[in-house]
Amino acid sequence: MESVILFAPLVGAIIAGFGHRIIGDKGAQYVTTGLLFLAALLSWIVFLGFDGHTKHIEIMTWIQSGTLDTSWGIRLDRLTAIMLVVVNTVSALVHMYSMGYMAHDSQFSEDESYRPRFFAYLSFFTFSMLMLVTSDNLVQMFFGWEGVGVASYLLIGFYFRKESANAASIKAFVVNRVGDFGFALGIFGLFMLTGSIQFNDVFAAAPALADTTLTFLWRDWNAANVLAVLLFIGAMGKSAQLFLHTWLPDAMEGPTPVSALIHAATMVTAGVFLVCRMSPLFEYAPEATAFITFLGATTAFVAATIGLVQNDIKRVIAYSTMSQLGYMFVAAGVGVYSVAMFHLFTHAFFKAMLFLGAGSVIHGMHHEQDMRNYGGLRKKLPYTFLAMMVGTLAITGVGIPLTHYGFAGFLSKDAVIESAWAGTAGGYAFWMLVIAALFTSFYSWRLMFMTFYGKARGDKHTHDHAHESPMVMLVPLGVLAVGSITAGMIWYGSFFGDHSQVNKFFGIPDHHVEADAGHGDAAEDHAAASDDHAAMVEEHHGSEEAHDMAEADPAHAVVAAVHHGKAPEGAIFHHPDNHVMDDAHHAPTWVKISPFVAMIIGFITAFWFYIINPSIPARLAASQRPLYLFLLNKWYFDEIYDAVFVKPASAIGRFLWKRGDGNVIDGTLNGIAMGIIPFFTRLAGKAQSGYVFTYALAMVLGIVALITWMSLSGGAH
Amino acid sequence: MANLLSIVTFIPAVAALILAIFLRGDDEAANSRAKMLALVATAVTFLVSLFILAEFDASNPGMQYVEERDWLMGLTYKMGVDGISVLFVMLTTFMMPLVILASWGVSSRVKEYMIAFLLLETLMLGVFMALDMVLFYLFFEAGLIPMFLIIGIWGGANRIYASFKFFLYTFLGSVLMLVAMVMMYVDAGTTDMVALAAHDFASDNFSILGITVVGGLQTMMFLAFFASFAVKMPMWPVHTWLPDAHVQAPTAGSVVLAAILLKMGGYGFLRFSLPMFPVGADVMTDFVLWLSVIAIVYTSLVALVQEDMKKLIAYSSVAHMGYVTAGIFVANQQGVDGAIFQMISHGFISGALFLSVGVIYDRMHTREISAYGGLVNRMPAYALIFMFFTMANVGLPGTSGFVGEFLTLMGMFQYNTWIAAIATSGVIFSAAYALWLYRRVVFGDLIKEALKTIEDMTSREKWIMAPLIVMTLLLGVYPALVLDIIGPSVENLLHNYHSALAQTADHAAVAPAATH
Repeated sequence: MESVILFAPLVGAIIAGFGHRIIGDKGAQYVTTGLLFLAALLSWIVFLGFDGHTKHIEIMTWIQSGTLDTSWGIRLDRLTAIMLVVVNTVSALVHMYSMGYMAHDSQFSEDESYRPRFFAYLSFFTFSMLMLVTSDNLVQMFFGWEGVGVASYLLIGFYFRKESANAASIKAFVVNRVGDFGFALGIFGLFMLTGSIQFNDVFAAAPALADTTLTFLWRDWNAANVLAVLLFIGAMGKSAQLFLHTWLPDAMEGPTPVSALIHAATMVTAGVFLVCRMSPLFEYAPEATAFITFLGATTAFVAATIGLVQNDIKRVIAYSTMSQLGYMFVAAGVGVYSVAMFHLFTHAFFKAMLFLGAGSVIHGMHHEQDMRNYGGLRKKLPYTFLAMMVGTLAITGVGIPLTHYGFAGFLSKDAVIESAWAGTAGGYAFWMLVIAALFTSFYSWRLMFMTFYGKARGDKHTHDHAHESPMVMLVPLGVLAVGSITAGMIWYGSFFGDHSQVNKFFGIPDHHVEADAGHGDAAEDHAAASDDHAAMVEEHHGSEEAHDMAEADPAHAVVAAVHHGKAPEGAIFHHPDNHVMDDAHHAPTWVKISPFVAMIIGFITAFWFYIINPSIPARLAASQRPLYLFLLNKWYFDEIYDAVFVKPASAIGRFLWKRGDGNVIDGTLNGIAMGIIPFFTRLAGKAQSGYVFTYALAMVLGIVALITWMSLSGGAH
Repeated sequence: MANLLSIVTFIPAVAALILAIFLRGDDEAANSRAKMLALVATAVTFLVSLFILAEFDASNPGMQYVEERDWLMGLTYKMGVDGISVLFVMLTTFMMPLVILASWGVSSRVKEYMIAFLLLETLMLGVFMALDMVLFYLFFEAGLIPMFLIIGIWGGANRIYASFKFFLYTFLGSVLMLVAMVMMYVDAGTTDMVALAAHDFASDNFSILGITVVGGLQTMMFLAFFASFAVKMPMWPVHTWLPDAHVQAPTAGSVVLAAILLKMGGYGFLRFSLPMFPVGADVMTDFVLWLSVIAIVYTSLVALVQEDMKKLIAYSSVAHMGYVTAGIFVANQQGVDGAIFQMISHGFISGALFLSVGVIYDRMHTREISAYGGLVNRMPAYALIFMFFTMANVGLPGTSGFVGEFLTLMGMFQYNTWIAAIATSGVIFSAAYALWLYRRVVFGDLIKEALKTIEDMTSREKWIMAPLIVMTLLLGVYPALVLDIIGPSVENLLHNYHSALAQTADHAAVAPAATH
């Protein structure tokens, strides 16, 4: 069943991509969408029926070189099951929605067959994403990681005639590659120290890594910390965290369903998934997780500030996505991985819906995306308005404080903020997230008010012809709305309930939790498995190369020797000293209601700014012009990167080419050759006349004939 | 079939002789007969070479299909393949029919053209099979001549400059190699490469002009061979002949150059430098590694600003060869496996990229990037194929380009994290220049008047690409096809290399103790 889930989208992509001439445009759409609904259905069956025990399914071998052993395989545990549901559900709905959204497109002429290509890309993306989340080793995960990058590149640049779309797609790919650079180095380091890239082996070696030093670049580091940071750099790229985020807003150049699927619900959460997946390692890397917490909180804040002033409806939601990803990383950074996954899960529903709702507005408004040209649309687009309202209530976190009743975002976001409070002792991350919650509420309501309330602005003709979207687009909105309302309440206990509930959900054996004593028990665990140890050591001595390597590199020897450890059971791992989740449950009341208060303040401010007194924003922008420009220009990240990286790279390239290759290298050689050049010019003259050719050819023929004859006659002796 | 290797090697040569002797006339019919014969000969060579692969025992790290005969002047004719060389043989025989097919449009001096390519195939195959040093040298050097002619006669406007630059560079490197070979013969008394690999060349330090040469004779000989192989690779800073040669060469010439000729350098390192001069190689390892990573970053940056498609791909080739040399010299299983894999994979990918350039060059007769734009509008099949190989070139997992890059980098990391980190940054640059090229040529609106009538790929062009696509995907998804064959031989090579180093170290440790 897992294999069917995994490969159904690939089959769909191939059929749609190569077979659309046979089955037609419509056929391609039905095939891909049908297969995705099948995958989604099976995913829910897997998710609901999952018993908590990690399952491995081997497909076939992949890269095997020396001690490196990589296979194509599926690891099915709770994390995978959650991601299967998220990815396939949203993907299936987006496929369906796209049938309506992509039916007509002004970028293409009517006789152009662009739809099968779109659906093939969507399905290919889904396949790559599934490879990423089902992988049981780091290299296959990297396959999916880069695969989604390519799909994202293709879909952002789907309108290939648009310059801006092409630029955005390259930017997305290259910035992601910067992240992949870190990810790849992390994989290399883990392989060097643990001798394996299988999750289980790496997890087993994680405690030992915490006691190992790794010489990386200019100094010695704690191995667990430096490797965790390297992996996190990969996550930063994929999940658009600060400094590697600049591609995400530009990625909005892609068609809106793409933004909903890739740049809101699934691909951008891959970084969060990576950190949760590697929790056994991150639990032993306190400095790395402190960094994640800090960066996540900062990202949440920075993105929210930029979101306050953007006018493009999709960009507002894009910055909102970036901000919410920051929330997830804070939860993961403080060690409450289940809450990170909780927010990922609920966010997928409401953010996908906000994007699809925005797409419905854009569709209805003839591809107008500037909110300054919207206004008063709630009567024209009643169902879209309802859906967007649900999405806004969910993302701003509306619910009844101090109970577990509320929209999905209410439960998961409050869980993140409480965890941040507990994990940082009420420090930086907590306050950043609370402030970001206020901003989130403000810009979300601002979007609602500017779009659906007030008077119609902009082109009158467009407003007159504004129309509600077809059913094929509204049904996905409805389904996601149900998720946005209920997902939090249904699964609150599983992700953020009491210990035993969460452990049961993630398949963590209970004795692990009782091992409160901490290190002592871990040591005992090691001792218990020491019979394995003997076998391993023998094996290592048997292999000459491994032995050599161990000698050359003491760090390798250390970890190789403790290679006997057992990987923790369960999908996520908590260090015995990690009590953040319990502390979060016991957070004081003011902490628990702080996000609610922030939300209310944000709402009231937005209401005041955009309903009661709509002239305030313009006046404020004028009086605080530098700040306004700073935010409007996204903290000038693009300009700085252009000046620091892009321009110098091409200047250096030009310099190396003209000066390095041209003047220095060729210049030197020409100087040496100066004496013989006249000779060659003469020869060149002859070459053109053909003499030299005949001559040289005869020479080669002669040599070959000689060799042939000699070898044959020699053989006769 | 005791002399299977000789048969494979000389089928193209025999075909060339037949062409040279029997084919007369310069009319259309004669031309198409020449093409047909060349195609049949290369195809038969490929089919026969499949027997080599079929009967090849991958678990045996030694030489197989060995042929040894007395030859003139006391020399020996000795051929054989092991896990390291057999796939280069296969790569050559696989690529050549495609190369001939890609030359179907050649109209001037067709007979000579085909003769040149057929001879080139024989000589290249000889390089990968020769087990006698003199024989190797003959094949290695003679291979220059047909390539020199291909560039010089069927090349572009500036072909004379490019062909001489190519010839001079590679030939000057080879002279030093010849000197070293003479010294090796004097020292070891044999030209048998298997025996030479087992021979223990002197590695005691000595002084020359007041400079102490660490590793002694071995280092000197290593450097002499290095001069030749580094130019062939080509490594930075002796790479500047390659962009010129590629730009001026006809499409088929570029394909052979990138896909096969460049691999001789890497093969030479594995066949001569590591096994015969382990101490010398060890002494020079850091030097070679730094040259490699400089090549990766330097040529990637240069590729970023190229205006000529072929130049861009040529620079990208140099960068990719940087992974190969670095992978070889870190001397661990992943590094060397990755290097060989990268060479094979680069054969398919760069060959296909040059063919892709050839497709539009044949239509528009320019390689200027700025002359294109928006090709996807009229050439969807081309856009798809070019995209596929662009992605393979940037090392996308699932294509063969990933496996080689990944393994070499993994090998580098175990040796030195600086080397690995700088080399890994190449994956960022490669994405930048490759996608930037693709965007300017293929994406965008089709506004240039000259392009408005451009036709998509013909079925001949598609059929040339098909085998390359299959191989790139197949090796990307199931690299065991290559890794299983090279694994045991590489393991053996590294075992010998490290034990030779260990012995020298022991020796050096014992020697001072003995004098006490």
